[in-house]
This record gives sequence, C-alpha cells and structure tokens, in this order.
Amino acid sequence: MRRGIRGALATALVAGLALAATGCGSGGDGGGAAGGELSGTVTFWDTSNDAEKATYRKLAEGFQKEHPKVHVSYVNVPFGDANAKFKNAAGGGAGAPDVMRTEVAWVADFANLGYLAPLDGTPALDDTGDYLPQAVGSTKFGGKTYAAPQVIDTLALFYNKKLLQDAGVAVPKTFTELAAAAQKIKDKTGATALYLRGDDPYWFLPYLYGEGGDMVDAAHKKVTVDSAAGVRAFRTIKQLVDSKAAVTDATDGQENQLKALKDGTVAMAIDGPWDIEGARAGKAFQDKGNLGVAPVPGGSTAQGSPQGGWDLSVYAGSKNLQAAYAFVKYMSSAKVQQETTDKLSLLPTRKSVYNVPAVKQNEMVAFFKPAVDGAVQRPWIAQGNSLFEPLKVQMNKVLTGAATPEQAAKAVGDAYRKLLKDYT
Amino acid sequence: MTLTARIRRAFGTHWYAWTMVAPVVLVIGVIIGIPLVRGVYLSLTDANEANVERSIGMNHIPATYHFTGLDNYRAVLTDGVFWDRLGWTVVWTVGCVSLTFLTALALANLLNRRMRGRTFYRLALILPWAIPAFVSVFTWRMLYNEKNGILNKLLAGGGLDAVPWLNDPTWAKLSVIAVNVWLGVPFMLVALLGGLQSIPGELYEAAEMDGAGAWQRFRHITVPGLRAVSGTVILLSTIWTFNMFPVIFLLTRGGPGDATEILVTYAYRLSFVDSPRNFSASATWGMVILAVLALVAVGYRRALRKQGEVW
Repeated sequence: MRRGIRGALATALVAGLALAATGCGSGGDGGGAAGGELSGTVTFWDTSNDAEKATYRKLAEGFQKEHPKVHVSYVNVPFGDANAKFKNAAGGGAGAPDVMRTEVAWVADFANLGYLAPLDGTPALDDTGDYLPQAVGSTKFGGKTYAAPQVIDTLALFYNKKLLQDAGVAVPKTFTELAAAAQKIKDKTGATALYLRGDDPYWFLPYLYGEGGDMVDAAHKKVTVDSAAGVRAFRTIKQLVDSKAAVTDATDGQENQLKALKDGTVAMAIDGPWDIEGARAGKAFQDKGNLGVAPVPGGSTAQGSPQGGWDLSVYAGSKNLQAAYAFVKYMSSAKVQQETTDKLSLLPTRKSVYNVPAVKQNEMVAFFKPAVDGAVQRPWIAQGNSLFEPLKVQMNKVLTGAATPEQAAKAVGDAYRKLLKDYT
Repeated sequence: MTLTARIRRAFGTHWYAWTMVAPVVLVIGVIIGIPLVRGVYLSLTDANEANVERSIGMNHIPATYHFTGLDNYRAVLTDGVFWDRLGWTVVWTVGCVSLTFLTALALANLLNRRMRGRTFYRLALILPWAIPAFVSVFTWRMLYNEKNGILNKLLAGGGLDAVPWLNDPTWAKLSVIAVNVWLGVPFMLVALLGGLQSIPGELYEAAEMDGAGAWQRFRHITVPGLRAVSGTVILLSTIWTFNMFPVIFLLTRGGPGDATEILVTYAYRLSFVDSPRNFSASATWGMVILAVLALVAVGYRRALRKQGEVW
C-alpha cells in the first residue's frame, strides 16, 4: 500500500518533469505517464442523474482495465448539491475529488477561484481538433483551458405523440400556438398542455431568448435582462400558468415534471436529453416511439434554447494529477462518448463520434444535434452561474403573483449590476 | 497593597479554581472565540472567495481584500432587503414560539393526568424529537408536494381542491411554521411536563377545598408554578427559531421567491449560493443577527426580572 502511494508520487514527479522538459503537448499511450505505469486512486465526482448513474459508474470503472494499478473511486453527487459541495471541499483544502463532472457554467467560476488545474499541455486534452467548437467555448477561461468537454445538450420540447394526436393539434412552434392548443388538449384528453418549470431559472431562458432577450451582453459589459424583452418573457410564463395552459411548481420541479410527463398528465414539457431515459421508463411511453422531441417553442420575435452540457475538470490540489489527466482523457474519449450515446442517448462533444453508424441512427441524437448547433451559447464568465439565483427568485414571484413582470425584470437587472460591478 | 500583589494573592487563593476553569476557557475560546473574532474582522473588510489568500496545487491566489470599516454595516442597514427579512423573521419567530408554547402547554396538562396509555402518548409525542431534523423536514416536503403529496391526495379524497402548500407565498409561510411547531413541541412538552410535576399536589387540593374551579386553579397555580420553566424555554425557543436554518432551507430554500427567507437563510445565500462567495457580507449579516438576538435576550431578561423572577 505504502509502496503504491510512493510509487504514484514518483511516477507523477517523473512524468511532470518529463513533460516540463519536453514541453510536450499530448502524451502518448498509457495516459501520458512518461515515467512508467500510472497507479494510485482517482476520486471521480459524477453528477449524472438516477437514470444515468449506473452507466457512468461502469464507464468510470472501465478505466481500471486500461490502468490496472489505478483505483477509480466513483462518487455520485446529486447535481443540485455538487457546486456547493465542491466549493466547500476545494476552498477548505480537504475532500475535493481529483476529477469532477462539471456543469458548463461552473468551469469559469471554479477556474476564477483557482480551484482547477489548467489542462493545456497535459495529457488530459487529446485530439482537441475533434471537439465541436461550441463545446470548447465553456472550457476556456482567461486564455487557458480548464476542462475537457464530455457531453453537450440543450433544451427541447418533449411531447406525448398520442395525446397531441388525440387532441388533433400539431406540435406547437411558438408559445402562442401552445396556449391556443391548450384548451383542445384539455377537452379531448384531460391532460394539461405544458409543465412549466417554475423552480429552475434555466428553464426561463427559452422564454427570454424567444423574445430576443438575454441575461447579459458580456461583450459590451451590459445587463440586458431588464429590457422590454425580459418583461415580455416574464409575462409569457405568467400568462401560460394563469390561462391554465401550463402547470408549475416552485419546488421539486425536476421530479414533478418528469412524473407528469411519464404519467401522461401533461402533454408537453421542456426538457433535455438527460431525461430521455427517465421519461421512457414511464407508463405513457411504454411504446418508446410515443416520445416526440421538437425544438422549444419560440416567442414573439425569435426562438432559442440555452446550450448546456458537462465538462470534465481536474482539481488543482489533486495528489494524483497524472492519473487524473489520464482519466479525463479516457472519459472524454470517442469510445466512452459513443457508449454514453448508445446507452443514454446523450450527445457527444466529438465530431468523429457523430459519424459512427450507431450514433447516426439514434433518433434522439438525430434530433438534438441540429438543436445543439443552433443553441445559444451562454456568457462564459466567472459569475455565469450566479446569474440564475436572482432570476429564480423573481420567476417565483411572478408566478405566484407577488411581483409584476415589470418589477421582476427590474429586480433581476438590479441584482445583476450588484453582482457584476463593472457592468452597466 | 499594589495591584500585582493583589492579583498574586487572588491567584494564590483561587489557583485551583483557575486550573479547573482553564480547559473550558481554552476550548470555548478556540471553538467560539476565534471564529467570532474572525467574523468581526471579516465584516469590516471586502473579503470574498476570490480575493482571500490560498494555495491550491499549482495555483496561488494572493490576498487582495481591503479594510473597509463600517461600509458593510451601512450597506445592510440601508438595504430594504434587510428590513423585509427582519419583518418576516420576527413574524416567524413570534408565530412559531407562541404556537409551540400553547400547544405544548395544552398537551403537557393533558399528559399530566392519570390516564390509560399515558406512557404511550408521552412516547408518541416525543417522537419528532428523536428523528433527525433533516429527515422530518424531507418527509414533510414529500407530504406537502402539491401534485403528488399525501396531504393533497387526502384533500382530493374529501372532494377538496389541492392546496399549493409550498408554491404560494402565504401557504408556504403557514407550512413552514407548521413544521417548525411540530418539531418544537416535544422539547417544550418535556420541559413543561417536568415543571408541572414539580408543583405540589397539595396546592391543587387546597384550592379545590376552597372551591376554585379548573380555570382558576390553572390560572393561579399552574401558570405561576410554570413561570421559571416557561421563561427559560421561551427564550431558548426564540433564539433557536430565529436562527432555524434547516426547516426553511430544506423545505422551501426561502421560496417561493423570497417569501419564507429569514435572516440566516439569506446570510447563507450570500456566503454559499452566489459566486464568488461573499464572506464579508455574510459575516456582517451574522454580526447583525447576533446583535439582534443579544438585544432580545437582554430585554427579555429585564422584563422577567421586573416580574420578580430571579434568572
């Protein structure tokens, strides 16, 4: 045991020296361990959901087959807790994982705070030209690369084909069309047209983009959420709920939405590829073909959904950097990405994987790929993730009638200016 | 006698007392004193997660925060958010403590009689206390779920509309108070039951002989007899409720909107939700909360003393 750890340290040291000496960018085989075999433990925090985690665990532990002396310690951390948990551990200097599956908005934040190891010139980044350019966007901060893209996603409209057919309505292309079809759906099938996630501000973005708005204009350092578009977006969600075209919740939205969709009590929901497996497990989709996916409905001037996804980042304080780098390389490799697509219908970040026949034939990928290509990139700034909390508070307030759309938009704008000191 | 000689003499006489107290003073100093002093210091700076010094692996971040005097306090006290949250926190505390106290008093009186199955009832009423708070709160959260929770299923069975327990500002406020009362009753109950049992039975017998009714006996024997116990539990309960983080945070996260946000959950939001975490602002909130509670405790003690209570 003791020898193993010392061996790992020696390996890391030698590998580090070798890299420094040669300035070599991408290591060769064996995870770039120039001085010998990798060993020790790699702790991996995975943030995938309940339907996905078994697959991720198996994939992560598959690393041990390639590197028998490395032990992968797999830990599933629920998405909602992961950000705070990592910050507590990393800031406190104890308990942080070597590698974490990091949400795209968190990378710049963590990097800004010094928690992540820059990956440029390490074995973690392998064949970077193969990554989709929009997936690479979220991995950069301050001119360095802090993560390897693993999964890319966006929001789309999930719909119950049978319910829409029974009601005799087409898949709505705008929220206005959706509202107009709601009564028909209710009368003919008893189901509510839409589940509107009132608990999570990420789900507000399609409404905001649909009105031609955005949270901030990072290029011009301007807060834009309190523009007329922002007000219209708040008004849209309020009207959908007031007219009973949509049901909503201020808590437990993820579970409630998925359950409503699975049980067929709602005909449509805005959701991402991470819930494909979960939805298909429900009684409304026993016939897997019943789940339809369409672009998110548009607003009065535009149509758009946010680009999301997951990156793999390495903790700067990791005791086993070389093994961590090799693990990131493995988890973002074409082989592993192809498996996550096969098993979970998640979207790969490598161009080459889209050419694999099995991936090409996956209908969810066939739908989501163009959606991802057209998705709106979020501002990859350090405070990117903090922009959501004020939005959540005001979204709740609008939906419960505690604030008007105008008051809400103004309050979010004010909160953003407090957060982003140099913005106007 | 010079000062040093006096100190030396005092120490010489009481050295054993000082030795006995030393470990406690040391431990309290380390686990309460140091964080407190650090909190005061941070509240006078503009420190946040991005500008305090630390080294993580290859990354070193130098300290770049500054001393800003009382700016943070000025910002808190002139911010409408603080007064809004303070208002609700006071309503929440008074509501919870009074309901908890009255419920516990009624139950304690019931349980103080001889009746069949008294032990069972006593055990059943202690149960909420035996379960870790987060477990009970999560259970309540499932009960409250508007679409799939048992409470609304029961209402639907009775032909009633679903109640938006946690999704409507007013209902959410009532819901969090209900859970906190449920959690708080056992402690009060045990304390009051102890108090009731320490009241001599002869007093009740004598009063009964004099023709005092049940209400008169309660009013003139039970209430004064419980005064010392209730004074203590009300003050403790006030402090706990004022700072009751888990119930609010786990049940509603302060929502919907910020309807159920109390001062401590807001301080948490500053220091753990926003990024970079704002250490100085949340330390300031912590100090302000401490000051409010200290004032409450002093005022309460003075009021008790006026009533002739030695406490």
